[in-house]
Amino acid sequence: MNRAEPWQTAEIPGPKKALVISKPEIVAGMVKRAKRPILIVGHKASETEIGEEKMIDYLIRFAEVSNVTVVATAHVVKEFVNRGFQPATWMPIVDIANRLKDAEWKGLDGKGRYDLALFVGIPYYMEWLILSGLKHFSSELKTVSLDKHYQPHASWSFPNITVEKWKENLDVIVDKLKQG
Amino acid sequence: MHVKIDELKSSLGTVKGLELSIGNIIEKAMAEEVGPTPFPSTVDLREWDFKLLEKYKPFYMPFCDVCCLCTFGKCDLSQSKRGACGLDMAAQQSRIVLLACCIGAATHVAHARHLVEHLVEKFGHDLKLDVGGVNVEVEAPVTRLVCGVKPETLGDLEDVLDYCETEITHLLSATHTGQEGSNLDFESKVFHAGMIDQVGMEVADIAQISAYNFPKADPDASLVNIGWGVVDSTKPVIMVVGHNVPSAIGIVDYLQDNGLQGMVEVSGLCCTAHDITRYDPKAKIVGPISWQLRYIRSGVPDVVVVDEQCIRADSLQEAQKIKAPLIASSPKNCLGLKNRTQDPVEAIVSDLVNGKAPGALILDPEKVGEVAVKTAILVAPKRKKFKVIPSVKDVIKGAKECRKCYECRRACPNDLPITEAVAEAAKGKLDALAELYDECIGCARCESACPQNLPLHSFIVRAAEKKMKGEIYKMRAGRGAIQDVEIRNVGGPIVLGEIPGVIALVGCANYPKGGKEVAEMAMEFAKRRYIVLTSGCAAMSAAMYKDENGQSPYEVYPGSFDAGGIVNVGSCVSNPHIAGAAIKIASIFAKRKLMGNYEEIADYIHNRVGAVGVAWGAMSQKAASIASGFWRLGVPVIVGPHGSKYRRMLLGRKDREEDWYVYDARTGDRVYAGPAPEHLFYAAETKEEAMVMIAKLCMRPNDTTKGRAIKLTHYIDLSRRLYGTMPDDIHLFVRTLADVPITMRDEILKVLKKSGWKERRVPDPTLLPRLIRKRKEES
Ligand code: SF4
Ligand code: SF4
Ligand code: SF4
Repeated sequence: MNRAEPWQTAEIPGPKKALVISKPEIVAGMVKRAKRPILIVGHKASETEIGEEKMIDYLIRFAEVSNVTVVATAHVVKEFVNRGFQPATWMPIVDIANRLKDAEWKGLDGKGRYDLALFVGIPYYMEWLILSGLKHFSSELKTVSLDKHYQPHASWSFPNITVEKWKENLDVIVDKLKQG
Repeated sequence: MHVKIDELKSSLGTVKGLELSIGNIIEKAMAEEVGPTPFPSTVDLREWDFKLLEKYKPFYMPFCDVCCLCTFGKCDLSQSKRGACGLDMAAQQSRIVLLACCIGAATHVAHARHLVEHLVEKFGHDLKLDVGGVNVEVEAPVTRLVCGVKPETLGDLEDVLDYCETEITHLLSATHTGQEGSNLDFESKVFHAGMIDQVGMEVADIAQISAYNFPKADPDASLVNIGWGVVDSTKPVIMVVGHNVPSAIGIVDYLQDNGLQGMVEVSGLCCTAHDITRYDPKAKIVGPISWQLRYIRSGVPDVVVVDEQCIRADSLQEAQKIKAPLIASSPKNCLGLKNRTQDPVEAIVSDLVNGKAPGALILDPEKVGEVAVKTAILVAPKRKKFKVIPSVKDVIKGAKECRKCYECRRACPNDLPITEAVAEAAKGKLDALAELYDECIGCARCESACPQNLPLHSFIVRAAEKKMKGEIYKMRAGRGAIQDVEIRNVGGPIVLGEIPGVIALVGCANYPKGGKEVAEMAMEFAKRRYIVLTSGCAAMSAAMYKDENGQSPYEVYPGSFDAGGIVNVGSCVSNPHIAGAAIKIASIFAKRKLMGNYEEIADYIHNRVGAVGVAWGAMSQKAASIASGFWRLGVPVIVGPHGSKYRRMLLGRKDREEDWYVYDARTGDRVYAGPAPEHLFYAAETKEEAMVMIAKLCMRPNDTTKGRAIKLTHYIDLSRRLYGTMPDDIHLFVRTLADVPITMRDEILKVLKKSGWKERRVPDPTLLPRLIRKRKEES
């Protein structure tokens, strides 16, 4: 399943489609270069299992070694807090997207716009649409899907990969970010 | 029962012998003062729409980058490109929303037209409308509000439909290439379509309530049987599906007139099932739309009768698989069948029973009744409930042929782990397949995608057989309107905020995680003493749940429009009773003028009536237009995650203080009223998120301090339970210290202190400068 095709077969995108993240280093590099990266985590992060852990545990490690601002959507804030991690805030996915779209928005801390938005754990079709909204109406913002399925409306996305492959990728990203 | 209406009629005096035309029913209405916008055109309420759209700006999420609506195209509209006609992406997206809402509104209005035509033919133009006898004086609140007329007879409704049809034609024409170019004007037209839709639905429902004697605003409407397990499959079974009930009533009448009751099971799905149980409480409901395929394939139905809307396009092919003849009964859904309307009954029955024809188109409800019953009785012994659900052995055998290509899962709208479940089945274990049942919407896209042609949906149905047979629940039949006296009793507590909100669970069954979530939401808010209303497929899903005592929600909670009630108003076309209740709060309780006074009533509802629509499984274009009817009234609507595919949200920005000012009608001052309600249309990702948001969206600027404290208590409590944290925006909703719930005082005061909160006043809120009393006095 290593093709850069939408995960849901009928979700035909284009002409503008996401570049494929062929190596995890690409993501690490983008996060490092970004001045104000933001990570938006949906509820599936606490449902998707990776071995003994959940996807959210990986994302917490990712957040801890980078300068990303974490926004939890739906009810996943509870899972973060239960794990002793306090996200910057929580709000519905449509709300954070609507703010990211706004060229005037100064960010959660009032210090300016975000230049890189990473998305993960939102239902596939919903993330698809959210990323489309941002692609069309927020051309300045670079978006990345960290999900294990190809999200063509992002600027960058993994192709369809297995959970194991996803885990390997995220481990590398976390390592690279740790190294600074 | 008709006393009041008769009195009203005689007090008007002028109605006798009038020809039917809009002009004439306006004359009838003259006895009551008509407001500024009777029969509004597509632009008459534009300013009001823009007020709402200023607060709740559209956020577009295009499905694709192109437009392909004319032969100039395809045009790439990505980012800020324009099409060959000059259109940009925002306008294109709002155009698509308008198209959806026109389809929805046209469907309801055409449904109403067919229904009213049929009823007029049967009962005459002069049949008096009666939706609740003396208990319901305002019989058609939406029609009165929008059109400024008071329909009294079936014939009057035809005039109202003339208006609806004209408006829909205008709206649809605006979507042509080279017409409307502004996204906000498209959005205003979307609201117009929704408003017209509400009128069309109201016409349909009050016509059928009056003519068929459905429950008339009855809180104690019968508890009817619903669920797969309630159908007696030892009898000949007729399955009815769709929305327009006359042909199903033709069946029930034929059975009754010929002493055949109890010999044939009449079982239904979707709204026809709702409406047939409003006519005959002994009819059975199988379930919402998503049960269609599994019910046909089970082989239980001997005859399938389809009318219109939300019917699977392959119902004829599916019926053929189980050797059940199909009768199409609506001109909107002929399915390629030969029109047998003029043929003798015996000839049609013979062809159907002998398999000479797979089905028949019969555009006469009484004839449908006779043919369906006769055919069912004759076909049943031949078919012997022939089904196409494979045996367990065949499921396992089939599963072994799976190539693990994942095409099924990639086709499944809910991304269900079908491939994984099939792999388990290949090992002889069917539990994983059975587990999919609860979240499967019965679309069969998995099957269509499977290169091995495995009947995967049928696999799931077989695996979950035990579960399905245990589906035996009770639903309160649709009661129709809300009584005036109920409105008088709860109007005050609702407007003051002491009943924390009115939650309407409406719409289709395109659920992300099964219908159980709807039942859970209904019970949670009924327990909290909100008023919970239901309609359509959501009303059925709310029934399909059992508590520890084996009772369905409708058995536990009363059907009265009061705190803690779960109130099924009925089918899709019953939705206007929900909007109607809000309208009646403004007109009966608050005594605002009703007729043709849309803007003022909407302003009242938006600022004072804490109502929220929840269409958790919204799927259809009708659901889109139903939602837009609520938007124009200023009532927020939440949809489930699949609702994001409507591709545009109407979102408030609570972080932008300037968006939330209202006029204080007492003084004319502009006062910050907080983000209440925060959104007008919004897709929630999960049930938990929806529940917290429901509680929040019930707040209104007009809440008294006591009311606000109650609403805040629920919002905070749900947030703590489902999010594990206090909300971070309490300071926006606390206006004075008296708003703070006493039990949470210390905690909230801490939050307020941290956010730099300042006390502010509670206005007499309005968005309309003309309603400022002081200015009026001055002028
Ligand atoms: S309607 Fe306009 S944008 Fe759409 S295809 Fe035609 S020219 Fe292109
Ligand atoms: S029938 Fe059920 S399992 Fe199959 S694609 Fe539809 S929802 Fe998914
Ligand atoms: S589509 Fe058919 S063959 Fe492919 S994984 Fe699903 S069941 Fe197996």
